[in-house]
Amino acid sequence: MSSPQNSPMTPGIAAGRLPQETLADNFADLHAPFAPHEAAVAADRCYFCHDAPCVTACPTDIDIPLFIRQISTGTPEAAAKTIFDSNILGGMCARVCPTEDLCEQACVREIAEGKPVEIGRLQRHATDTLMAKQSHPYQRAPETGKKVAVVGAGPAGLACAHRLAMHGHDVTIYDAADKPGGLNEFGIAAYKSTDNFAATEVDWLLGIGGITIKTGMRLGDNLSLDDLTGCFPAVFLSVGLGGVNALHSEGEDKSGVRDAVEFIAELRQASDLATLPVGRDVVVIGGGMTAVDAAVQSKLLGAQNVTIAYRRGRDAMSASTFEQDLAASKGVRLMFNLQPTAIYGDGAAGEIELEYTSDDGSGLKGTGETIRLPADQVFKAIGQTLETTGGLDLEGRKIAVTGAGRTSRKGVWAGGDCASGGDDLTVTAVAEGRDAAMDIHATLSA
Amino acid sequence: MADLTTEFLGIKSPNPFWLASAPPTDKEYNVRRAFEAGWGGVVWKTLGAEGPPVVNVNGPRYGAIYGADRRLLGLNNIELITDRPLEVNLEEITRVKADYPDRAIIVSIMVPCEEQAWKDILPRVAATGADGIELNFGCPHGMSERGMGAAVGQVPEYIEMVTRWCKQYYDKPVIVKLTPNITDVRKPAAAAMRGGADAVSLINTINSITSVNLDTMSPEPSIDGKGSHGGYCGPAVKPIAMSMVSEIARSPDTHGLPISGIGGITTWRDAAEFISLGCGNVQVCTAAMTYGFKVVQEMISGLSQWMDEKGYTSVEEVVGRAVPNVTDWQYLNLNYVAKAKISQDDCIKCGRCYAACEDTSHQAIAMSDDRTFTVIDEECVACNLCVDVCPVENCITMEPMAPGTIDPRTGKTVEKEYANWTTHPNNPGAVAAE
Repeated sequence: MSSPQNSPMTPGIAAGRLPQETLADNFADLHAPFAPHEAAVAADRCYFCHDAPCVTACPTDIDIPLFIRQISTGTPEAAAKTIFDSNILGGMCARVCPTEDLCEQACVREIAEGKPVEIGRLQRHATDTLMAKQSHPYQRAPETGKKVAVVGAGPAGLACAHRLAMHGHDVTIYDAADKPGGLNEFGIAAYKSTDNFAATEVDWLLGIGGITIKTGMRLGDNLSLDDLTGCFPAVFLSVGLGGVNALHSEGEDKSGVRDAVEFIAELRQASDLATLPVGRDVVVIGGGMTAVDAAVQSKLLGAQNVTIAYRRGRDAMSASTFEQDLAASKGVRLMFNLQPTAIYGDGAAGEIELEYTSDDGSGLKGTGETIRLPADQVFKAIGQTLETTGGLDLEGRKIAVTGAGRTSRKGVWAGGDCASGGDDLTVTAVAEGRDAAMDIHATLSA
Repeated sequence: MADLTTEFLGIKSPNPFWLASAPPTDKEYNVRRAFEAGWGGVVWKTLGAEGPPVVNVNGPRYGAIYGADRRLLGLNNIELITDRPLEVNLEEITRVKADYPDRAIIVSIMVPCEEQAWKDILPRVAATGADGIELNFGCPHGMSERGMGAAVGQVPEYIEMVTRWCKQYYDKPVIVKLTPNITDVRKPAAAAMRGGADAVSLINTINSITSVNLDTMSPEPSIDGKGSHGGYCGPAVKPIAMSMVSEIARSPDTHGLPISGIGGITTWRDAAEFISLGCGNVQVCTAAMTYGFKVVQEMISGLSQWMDEKGYTSVEEVVGRAVPNVTDWQYLNLNYVAKAKISQDDCIKCGRCYAACEDTSHQAIAMSDDRTFTVIDEECVACNLCVDVCPVENCITMEPMAPGTIDPRTGKTVEKEYANWTTHPNNPGAVAAE
């Protein structure tokens, strides 16, 4: 084994805390793919329920019993078609869906024996099999000559574009980043999407034809909604939540304090994890998936001590129990009812002060009691916000939509994290993109 | 622990589990190991006449049917009788019997349908000291093309004739092994009885093609692109075997004829069921071929435990206990009325009962918005399909209705008295009840 120049004990923010081999192990597939026999055994456990609860629980309504039966009869390719018919990003969803909160939670075997059918891994088995065998499984309808703009090449935008292209429309996707994929490419823990899967999936999806992607185009910057609506009879906005909430704590500007989403993106794009610096004592502020992804990956990069500090109790954490357990199993310490008050350090962060909180029913309040933790790196993971509204009506802090993603402006649809309604999940984004596409198609065909 | 010692046709064995005539009993090496593992007896793999031994194919001999997790449910084979020289087998039988006097050794025989052939081999088999013989009138492949095996078993007159020769030239018990590849198993059984057979054993294997290779279009097992029907055995054939056993056990012509039960026996429970249907002992093959000789240990412990729990002190007490309850459809009690009942505590809401009943039965299960499944008594005919498809054991039960209550499906009062089709008013041939 090659010996790294640094170790988990190295003070400050340092790269190369772990040997390459350890890093490779740490960032390997979280759920290894099923071998064919494992898939057969797992598939045999499915009861082929009537009006299956797992389907109801799936935001994209994948016919799960059918695809599992197709796997069990030796046709994983047909199973994949069943999946892709409902969810063209079924490959990524198989990797990142919080199945423990969705299909697998609803599985009758979860109720019966606390051990659901492993739907997510079976879905991956099917989709991986087809994607490895076939360039693209769908054919475009004859071209309609109609043009649609999609803003944002994340899951919602890609799903929308694919469905529109399938129906023969010409789609142009604009994305602010230098490559498509959105959160699939930049926002997911590396061990959930190994081997550059997000990019591979986008390439595969584009195999439908009729989709052009223009990168480096940011709404409200070099792209305006008025221009788009002038050129396209339909526009779908799936710009996500580009802004990051601030801590509003003293010392937030010190070096070593940064946004968790930025760290996650940097890690996903890193070609050599040994060059990626991470603190010795890392504190992540937040209670969602982003907090867990940042914390776990910090630990896997070699941080000695990683703590997630969440201002509410465990029950309120939006990260699933599975994610919490994953963090704990990797050695991340989960602390609850703590909110940051100040970050201390001489220029760079060195210590964080946190105040205990309680909620007597009248809202969350600090108790006045504080603790300090060593913190040479602090990640903020307290939620993202919409960057630009494009002059559309909002609901809360998101673009207000009705029906299949219709915004307050005619000819403009929205879906994914930027739009109101639904959870901020990849699978929900796919469903919203797909459904908006069908509505756009109906509108354009009328 | 209940004593499993069994005496079948006067042949004693420490338990009722014998290995059937098949590859596991083809030679001394296997049989010694089987006895060490605890098997009560073996039926030595079928011997043929003196002369050049048969030859087997040099490719796959077995095909299979699987359940979940590649659990072997059915096996078929195209193997022939022993392909080792007669003399070698006879010497080995002699040695093993001498070393294991407390275990049963039966020698399976298949020679041409000529009196001389039987007259020649029987004294030599007798000289081994084996406890009896089993006439292989069942092998459905290969040998049957040469006028032996099932070709004999399908002609009752031949069975009777050959059995009579054996009784004439051999003085120990003669068991006739029957083929299921016939229309009415009672006929060959009766023929064996007329010929003087001491017992019948059944079933031999069933004509079968386990699968077709869809790339080569060859049946499996495939020999150079062609396949031949094989003999089917294993758990899948148990229901067929038990029905045939029960037919012989309850037929007036053959009632009382000792039966050695064969057909998919895999666990102690399978064995107990065969015994309850009239078998004095059982023979096992596929279970041993799937799991090895050790499976007999579970059969022994399980049967003993169950007998203890039920208070049976000998296997003999169990033999035939279920036979009086096997009857013809026309004698089933039409006044017995049951309704399915779903235990909401046990229900896991999979909805299979609903799909089965709604799509393929009597539309007698209701499904609510919150996936509560309930039986509609007005529609339920108690067909049992919901019970059969429910993945949770005992979640759905068939509850008999008490006499005097009204069946909401028919609006009629449930009668206390037994009444069957023979006296039913809808039966044109009904006879007045006595």
